Formats: sequence, C-alpha cells, structure tokens
Amino acid sequence: MAGAKRLCAALLLAGTLTGCATSGGNPADPLEPLNRVVFGFNDTADNAVIKPVAKAYRAVLPGIVRTGVSNFFSNLEDVWVSVNDVLQGKFQQGVDDFGRFLFNSTFGIAGIFDFASELGFQKHNEDFGQTLGSWGVGSGAYLVLPFLGPSTIRDGFGLLLDTRADLVFYIDGVPVHNSLYGTRAIGNRANLLDASSVIEEAALDKYAFVRDAWLQRRRHLVYDGDPPREREESDDEPTK
Amino acid sequence: MKISSCLLFALLIPVAQAQQPAPDALVKSITEEVVAILKKDKDIQAGDTKKAADLIETKIVPHFNFIRMTRIAMGRNWRDASPEQQKILADEFKTLLVRTYSTALSNYRDQQIDYKPLRAKPEDAEVTVRSDVKPSGSSQPVSIDYEMEKTPNGWKVYDVKVGGVSLVTTYRDTFAAEVRERGVDGLIKSLAAKNRQPERSKAGKA
Repeated sequence: MAGAKRLCAALLLAGTLTGCATSGGNPADPLEPLNRVVFGFNDTADNAVIKPVAKAYRAVLPGIVRTGVSNFFSNLEDVWVSVNDVLQGKFQQGVDDFGRFLFNSTFGIAGIFDFASELGFQKHNEDFGQTLGSWGVGSGAYLVLPFLGPSTIRDGFGLLLDTRADLVFYIDGVPVHNSLYGTRAIGNRANLLDASSVIEEAALDKYAFVRDAWLQRRRHLVYDGDPPREREESDDEPTK
Repeated sequence: MKISSCLLFALLIPVAQAQQPAPDALVKSITEEVVAILKKDKDIQAGDTKKAADLIETKIVPHFNFIRMTRIAMGRNWRDASPEQQKILADEFKTLLVRTYSTALSNYRDQQIDYKPLRAKPEDAEVTVRSDVKPSGSSQPVSIDYEMEKTPNGWKVYDVKVGGVSLVTTYRDTFAAEVRERGVDGLIKSLAAKNRQPERSKAGKA
C-alpha cells in the first residue's frame, strides 16, 4: 500500500511536470501515452484477478449479504461525506448525512441496513476532489492511477486526503485492516460488473471511452447533477 | 405533492398542444411500456440480447433522432462527410447503441423510477426530461436525463445522460481520433467491425 502511494505521488509529480506536453487526442489528457500504459496494466490485473474474484463473490453470496457489505462500507463513508458537504457550504446536507451515519450505525446495526434511505434521507456522493472542484480548482490533467483507475491531478490529491479520512484506515490490526480493504474493493468491483459489461459492448476504444465518460461523470458530481451546458452544441449545427 | 404538481402542469399546457404527447409524458409512457414487457419476458431476463434488441428497435428507436446524435458525436467532422457517408455513419452508430443497450436491458432488475417535474416553457423546442432510477440493492439513485427536441413528428430524443455521462458525447474523442488517423471511411470500417463482433456477454454474465 505504501508502495502504491509512493507511485501515486510520483505520477502526480510527473503529471504536473509534463502537464504541457501534448499528444493529440483530448486536451484534458496530455499524459495519454503514460495513462494508456497504466490503463493496460489495470485492465490486465482486472481480467486476471479482480474481475474473476468479484464474479465469484457475486456468485457465492446472496444479494442480501452483498447489499449488507456494501451498506456497511457506505455507512463508514458518510462521515467524510458530511465533512465535505460542510466544506462545500451545504450545511443542511451535512447535518442530514451525519444523521444518516448516526441512525444507520445504531438502528441499522453498524450500517448493515440503510434504513435512513428508506426514510427518505438519500445517500450523497461527495469526496475531497469534488470539494476542491466546488472551490473552483480545475481538474488538471487526466490521470490513470495504478489499481485505483481513472482520476485527475486534482482528484488524485483529493484521494490522498480521502484515504486519510477513511475510517477503515483507523481500525487497528493489520490483518483486519487489510481484509476490510480487500472486501471493500471486491464488493465495489462486483457492483460494477454489469456496468463494465456494457462498456465492453459500447466502446470502440475502451481507454478513450472510459476517460471521456469518467471526466463527464466527475463534472456532473462537482456540479451536483446540474452542470452548465457545454460547448457541444456549437459543433452540432450542420451549416456553419 | 406529486399529484398536485401534475395537475398544475396539466392545466398549464395549452389545449392546442395536447394532440402531441408532452415530452415528459412520452418518456414516461414508453419507459413504463418497456419495463412492463421486461418484467414479463423471461427470455430477456435470461440474457437473450437478440430479443432485447428487437424490443429496443420497435419501441424505443422510433423516438430517437439518430442523425442528430451522430452529428453531435462527429462534431466538426460531420461536415466533411458526404451525405452517403453520413447515412452509413448514422446507421452504424444506431446499431452500436442498440446492441450496447440490449446488453444493459438484460441486466435489468426491479428498479424504481422517479420523474422530476419538467422545467420548460410551453414554447420551448428543446427540453430536458429528468428522472432518477434507483437500482435494487443500492441506496444511491442514478440520474437518467433525456435531451429532447420538438419535431413535426412529435418529440424526439437526441441524447441520453446516465449519471451525467452522455451516450453521445462520450464517443466524440474516439470518433475524432479515428477520423484524424484513418478518415471518415476508416471510422465507418471500425464501427462496422465492432458491430459484426459476436456479443461478448452471454446471459448478462460478462
């Protein structure tokens, strides 16, 4: 893990240093040659190990157990989600999300059940990368992190803080700690099995497809689902 | 709250426009019809993507403007394509999208769909119909937004955004790179080759 972190830091540095070396393609992706290498590596690791394990996980455990596992980790996240709500000036949402954590941790038995959602307190998606974005920090170059996948310079820095704020990080005992990280990663991958089969079907160039989808997704999240319209329409007119 | 806003909305629509279904009503009725079929159809649930593709072809495709979708995905290069090339591109792009989403349909499980009130003026020729889909086993809804335009043949969808990701603009850079390297015909060849590949996912288990 420490090695992976050092590698991330090195890549972030590489990103800032070579930020102006362009290579065609998407202007948001000046590091495309490097990113493609890491993407290929991730894809190989995914096909060889992660996806098969996630499939087995999905095949072996009944849906209700998998939901419990993903609820458990999602509940732990809600604390950091509510901190980010507040940092973004969304105070009411911050109170609600912290309330979700308290409620689900107790009545939901350590977060295994997400009763708060059923009561109408919807789960929110926030992290420090989004908080930086809401403060007006641009996303910087697109970056594919080893094992962790698509990111950007900004979101990579956000992720460093997110891992520090991760409650699993503070659970004592290395074996427990690592099995929790592993279970969470496999559970998350299992939740994405259907989505990734759609991507296989959709993409002409998987690398570019994932990149362009991911950048749109982050933009959508930073603007909480209501981003301003983009330039796209200007190229849309047939006569011009 | 929901019923009253629906009533209010119904009152605001001038009678003259009532002959064509409003965009949000159209999206809702098509979705409900398709979902009802999906819930009953054991073949599609078991991963029969051919049957799912037929369903999309008959129920959904007529409400989409594939020429405009392809034009957006092509960006500037659209003007450099001949009318013949444009037609082939739109056909191949349509095939690709239909194939892709027939895979998605076979993954369909019980999901709750909420429609948000339409924010549009009656004279608007382009609107966004917003909905939230709540996948089973997850507490976080995924937004599905339909960009629609008014045509003499009723409202047509020209883009769909899933969780903020456009089905159309996500192809822009890929298309542009293909055209830059191999020209418009190269892109047509790549699309055709992709469409001829056998389905990768069997029984939605890929």
